[in-house]
Amino acid sequence: MKTKTQFAFFDEGSKKEIRRAILKAVCIPGYQVPFASREMPIARGWGTGGLQITLSIIGKSDVLKVIDQGADESVNAVSIKKLVHSTTGVELVERTQDATIIQSRHRIPEVPLTKEQILVLQVPEPEPLRKVEAREFMTKILHSENDYSGAWLMLFEQIMKYGRTATGADHPVYVNNRYVMAPSPIPRFDNPKMHQSEALILLGAGREKKIYAIPPFTDVESLAFDDYPFTVESFEGKHCHLCGATDVFLDELADNQTGESLFQCNDTSYCMDRLNAVEKVEVEGSYV
Amino acid sequence: MYEEPILRVRNLEKQFGDGCKHCMQGAIRNLEKNYCPACGTVYACQDISFDLFPGEILGIVGESGSGKSTMMQCLYFDADVTSGEVYINGEPDLKDQNIFELSRQQKRYIRNHQYGMVYQNPVHGLKMNFSSVGNIAEKLIEAGNRNVSEMEATSKVLLESVHIPLFRMKEEPRNFSGGMQQRVQIAKALSNNPPILFLDEVTTGLDLSVQASVLDLIKRLQRELGISMIVVSHDLAVIRMLADRTIVMLNGSIIEEGLTDQILEDPQHAYTQQLVYSLL
Amino acid sequence: MGYVAVKGGTNAIEASIKRLKYERLKGEEIIEINTILSSMRSMVDQVMSESSLYSPYLAALAIKQAEGSMEEAVFLMRAHRSTLPRLYYSQTVESEEMLVERRISASFKDIPGGQLLGATKDYTHRLLDFDLIEENAEGNQQWLDDYLKELETIEAAESVTYFPKVVDYLREEGLFENYEADNTPPTDITKQSLHFPASRSARLQVLTRGQTGAVTSLGYASLRGYGQVHPTVGEVRVGSLPIYVSHPNEAEQNMEDEFYIGDITITEVESFVPVTVKNENNEQELEFEIGYGVCYGQNETKAIAMSILDQCLEDPESNFPTHDEEFVLLHIDSVESTGFMSHLKLPHYVTFQSKLDSVRQVKKGGHINED
Repeated sequence: MKTKTQFAFFDEGSKKEIRRAILKAVCIPGYQVPFASREMPIARGWGTGGLQITLSIIGKSDVLKVIDQGADESVNAVSIKKLVHSTTGVELVERTQDATIIQSRHRIPEVPLTKEQILVLQVPEPEPLRKVEAREFMTKILHSENDYSGAWLMLFEQIMKYGRTATGADHPVYVNNRYVMAPSPIPRFDNPKMHQSEALILLGAGREKKIYAIPPFTDVESLAFDDYPFTVESFEGKHCHLCGATDVFLDELADNQTGESLFQCNDTSYCMDRLNAVEKVEVEGSYV
Repeated sequence: MYEEPILRVRNLEKQFGDGCKHCMQGAIRNLEKNYCPACGTVYACQDISFDLFPGEILGIVGESGSGKSTMMQCLYFDADVTSGEVYINGEPDLKDQNIFELSRQQKRYIRNHQYGMVYQNPVHGLKMNFSSVGNIAEKLIEAGNRNVSEMEATSKVLLESVHIPLFRMKEEPRNFSGGMQQRVQIAKALSNNPPILFLDEVTTGLDLSVQASVLDLIKRLQRELGISMIVVSHDLAVIRMLADRTIVMLNGSIIEEGLTDQILEDPQHAYTQQLVYSLL
Repeated sequence: MGYVAVKGGTNAIEASIKRLKYERLKGEEIIEINTILSSMRSMVDQVMSESSLYSPYLAALAIKQAEGSMEEAVFLMRAHRSTLPRLYYSQTVESEEMLVERRISASFKDIPGGQLLGATKDYTHRLLDFDLIEENAEGNQQWLDDYLKELETIEAAESVTYFPKVVDYLREEGLFENYEADNTPPTDITKQSLHFPASRSARLQVLTRGQTGAVTSLGYASLRGYGQVHPTVGEVRVGSLPIYVSHPNEAEQNMEDEFYIGDITITEVESFVPVTVKNENNEQELEFEIGYGVCYGQNETKAIAMSILDQCLEDPESNFPTHDEEFVLLHIDSVESTGFMSHLKLPHYVTFQSKLDSVRQVKKGGHINED
């Protein structure tokens, strides 16, 4: 009764089906394409949408990087990597530049992506209007009619109440001037990276059964009123305590001894790269 | 009075139910009031035609069940009509276009740019858990405004004009009294200077003194802004105070129309006579 | 040399998986698949039903691997299901042709074919049976022999009894509307994601794979007052049905060329729900509608609850959440609900940092616009 698993887990019929949904998503930037999301060997909500995209587009020559919260070694990233590797045997890497497919949860890497790469984002809640309208039937109508006043009103209310917009991650974006889209809960810091991105960005929500996409070189604009411009998280005056980087998304850590806040690059492979570059310079310097 | 009407309504029909052979035979429907006893179909609006002229207040009076509110819902696209035509004068693109036949998106455009609506129950016109200023901004956002300061300023002017103290503008209307809610609703309806305003039983259920202040407000808005209004009420006293012209509806049909004074002085139809005498 | 990433995550996962295995093995007992198959019948049924994969053997394996956790076993089965291609759709099954093992009606005492109690826990007294602690193979064998001997003395019917549907009996009386058979092929919710308003076939598929507890709770909520359906159970039947597929490549389809691929045991419930309808003369009349529940294996509670929810969703006008198809259908799936619950254990450092920034900026106060 033992069964052999397929290359990349899925049967070919399923892969084709998911790829068709991806193609449709690329054709209609920002539009959520429903698809028959499969149950995966990892739990719903743990990246099954991203995983299904990765498994249906991956080929033997692909090179894969998986990150969770910016880290390659985060347990769930490791778990996803193990699964893809065990069913495909593809090469796994940590350096962003070396990967052809990057699956990520909650972050876009600091290194600008290229047209040779595909970024796959895991999405827990693909519907940017869900907080305004609970019913799927209604949100579909709102999208089709380009009626996003609910999303704008939410931001307006925040400004009235708090004097500024108070969104955290997942700040909604306008894609190609048509669809309002949830960028998956990436920090606001990463929203601008989607604009005119060279790399294809695919977003997958397994539990909610939606796939959507930002094709390369597409306009992506964060929702903001004319007189309250969109702002990203501020790390003013802070820098990474390891590599010294300042213009990156930082994790805040508490120093066990002093109790003070320390900051560190959230993108671990980027930090590593910088540290190695510095060391290389030092080593080379000492041979002169 | 050779002015062009701003709104022309022609042969508006609205029925609930499919009809049957007893009630579908053209001009003569065998109905009890507006109801077909054979199949249960209700003919809520039957062959309604009228004009609304710029700057006038048109009153529509009738008992509950006469079809006046249903007609209003049809005009505001809250309900679909069974048949009929409406033409709007103001948007050059829409000239001679029956706006009942437009797409949902186009209808929304008209709602956001040409129409304002004040419902009898503020629950239908307001988001009770959003701030009052947010409620007004909603209409402005729908009409395409993306400037917070501008919308805030407009909201303040409007709230002041309906006598809502500005220190309460960030409060949710659910904390307000019925009269205040109604005034916020009026402010919201006016926010993008609609040329046409619908008012559906706006004073019903309010205290007399509050009624008076809301009626005053409406009258003032007409004078100052020149908005054309359709005022629906079962209360002839309200109509007398507001309307220049009046339509009387009974069982889904218009039975009498004319200048309000004329109707009050010299009612023709038996029902109107009964209505007028009961007022005195 | 250069810096190398610490393999913290990889090492931790490996250690955790080892520990998990240790927990399963440390008692030094092995439960055989066959033991589960023959002694955990209800559990196997429930796993098959919630995972919508009919295979007692795989279900038993999943239960073993999951150490008896239902959500985990269902999860394993569903994930396995994703690796299997959909090769055929079976022919439509007529449940009237079921080999009935149990069949009761709460609506009528005398139903054609009679009531057949079959195997049910309904009339056992729920007292812990301490004798089971000392149960032994010999004793059980003796009991089985006696039981079979007892059966020998009973005269068997000459032919297999035919159990007509209770509803057909009422249909003849005109109490149920006679619907035309609807032969539209059902939508396959595993191939096409659910959209709203959902077709009845899609609704029934979601309900039948729903988590037993979730389906029961929502059905109960409707019954208790948060819904407008209070049915009488017209018929519960449990039994097996043969499944046939037709030859995929032959243009001419012939009943006799169909392939028998096996039997499935199912529970089927038809609930009768009185509804008000208008007749031709515009008079109000009472009529019955049927709520339909069906699931793999013997799981009568779930099937009854499903029949209630089916009828609830047929009447979306009612304002109760149990009548709202998005509310019911999007929240009863075991894999989806348990998955999203458990995902809260994942790190949310980035989103939290982002929210923290937002809160700090608000606290700092001040409008950020320049006017």
